[in-house]
Amino acid sequence: MSTTKTQPVLQVKNLSTCFKTDNGIVTAVDDVSFDLYPGETLGIVGESGCGKTVTSKSIMRLLPDHISFQKPESQVLFGGRNLCQASPREMRKVRGDRIAMIFQEPMTSLNPVFRIGWQLDEALEYHTNLDKAARRDRAIEMLRLVEMPEPERRIDEYPHQLSGGMRQRVMIAMALCCEPDILIADEPTTALDVTIQAQILDLMNGLKEKLNTAIMLITHDLGVVAQVCDRVMVMYAGRVIESATVREVFHSPQHPYTRALLQSIPKSGARQHGRRLPTIPGIVPGLFELPDGCRFQDRCELKEQRCVDEEPALELHDERSYRCHFPLGGQA
Amino acid sequence: MWTYVARKLLYNIPVYLGIILFLMLALRVNDPAYAFLGKNATATDLADIKAKLGLDQPFFYQYLEVLSFNFDVESWANEGLKVSEMLKRSIVPSLSITLPALTLTSIISITIAIISAYFRGRPVDRTLMVVAVVGMSVSFLVYIVFGQYWGAYLLTRDVGIDAFAIGGFEPGLKNWPYYCLLPVLISVIVSMGYDTRFYRSVMVEESGRDYITTAVAKGANKRKVMFVHMLKNAMIPIITRIMTTLPFLIMGSLLLEVYFNIPGMGRVLFKAIQEQDFPVIQSFVTIFAALFILSNILTDVLYALVDPRVRLS
Repeated sequence: MSTTKTQPVLQVKNLSTCFKTDNGIVTAVDDVSFDLYPGETLGIVGESGCGKTVTSKSIMRLLPDHISFQKPESQVLFGGRNLCQASPREMRKVRGDRIAMIFQEPMTSLNPVFRIGWQLDEALEYHTNLDKAARRDRAIEMLRLVEMPEPERRIDEYPHQLSGGMRQRVMIAMALCCEPDILIADEPTTALDVTIQAQILDLMNGLKEKLNTAIMLITHDLGVVAQVCDRVMVMYAGRVIESATVREVFHSPQHPYTRALLQSIPKSGARQHGRRLPTIPGIVPGLFELPDGCRFQDRCELKEQRCVDEEPALELHDERSYRCHFPLGGQA
Repeated sequence: MWTYVARKLLYNIPVYLGIILFLMLALRVNDPAYAFLGKNATATDLADIKAKLGLDQPFFYQYLEVLSFNFDVESWANEGLKVSEMLKRSIVPSLSITLPALTLTSIISITIAIISAYFRGRPVDRTLMVVAVVGMSVSFLVYIVFGQYWGAYLLTRDVGIDAFAIGGFEPGLKNWPYYCLLPVLISVIVSMGYDTRFYRSVMVEESGRDYITTAVAKGANKRKVMFVHMLKNAMIPIITRIMTTLPFLIMGSLLLEVYFNIPGMGRVLFKAIQEQDFPVIQSFVTIFAALFILSNILTDVLYALVDPRVRLS
């Protein structure tokens, strides 16, 4: 949990990503700023459609550039460069080498017609000077690192011969083979069953410690956040609404949305028996019908006139920040 | 692998037997000898010509005869000319048009399709697709007529460059550009519109897949993503499309051969149908059936080669 406050490895400042649609331009990620430090795990949580994935893809510049763009004030500072302005060539050097990514769907994220070894080799070929034999050794070593059984045999297999968990291991091996500074994991465990989920999370935790990689973990599973993250950023409708350490978020959430999210985690125990699981009424507003004031107003139980009139700013209070006129204070 | 090919061949024997049986019956509904000689034929003429092909024999005997690939029968329209000889003469002219045409069309349209799919929705893609639709909307005959008029006739008369022949054929690589380049180009232009649009839709589907994002996230450049990751995944529909045209490759391009006066398989068959030359028609049809079955088997084998998920066992 202790985050050594050294230089951040990644600074995202005022990132706004817009999409051009038939009905006009929508801003899917609105003015998002955060820092990521070496060796820490930052969790980004929120409901579907709140801009988590778009944030991560914007950092990697993986969005199709003819239908999406970043507003000019957006900055993604990495290694002394603003990635929003970097050339395609510079981006290619960063991708897979300094910043790597794991995706949500291990079943479809690997190319089905190439061998595992070939796909691991590809990243090494782009970013290292190793020869073919050395790259193969490295690939086997990476597979062993992610606890793939029989790596020497598996390396020559095709993705369809592996299970979902094994494929996600291959994805992790692929992402980590160049020892990146940052690993972006976009819901890496969503498609896996719970036992495999735990194994994958343990694995990522272990690798983080071994390689001092900063991890950006995108998830909507707060259980996962509690297990592996150091800090949490909660997003809602394209905006950051709360950002704090895991302990603070779980013990004293300040934003009503964060609290509502925490309350909707099923709890075990006799006391909970027969009780209804609290849920958040309504859905995330569409990006075309965002209200003028606070974006959470329609679903908030603490809504007042001020919430409708004026959108709260993201304010910093003792190392943590939240975006609410009526923060919950000490209560949990 | 080889056991698979052998088994496929065995499975297809009954299919082939069935096709031939059907074709022979269909071709014999009207008396072919009577159709050839016309209503003024004498009984002896009819008997003679039937005997030439064994049409006076029992049906089962004729069936075996056709199945044995016996092309040493004589053409009715061209006295003394054997069908095997006609095949031998016409296969080279046919292939010298169709083979380069198919190769060029496939390479060009797959490349355009990949580029178009990669830039889909953008001006590059729109322009290419408009060109493709316009190209495929113009009739084959228009290309042939204008090709011959401008490319061959006017170019020689007004500019003085005798680059292309209006028609005809001479064997040999030296003569190829003069006689064959123009028909090949026309064939490429005609089929490119269809093919480009087909391949583009295949590529568009592939370009939205997750593994493409993974490849980009790994640091792959555009060329590698398009021509390695995407192309290998798109090979199944591409192979299907190319392989279905394979039998036509050998049978020649009928229109081009007729208009450019190229003595290929297509023109030979066309003439034979006009002249009711029954031995030639029957032989060509059996060959066509066999080619179709063989190309189907080849397609299955190629599937397995490009896609590891297809199992041969």
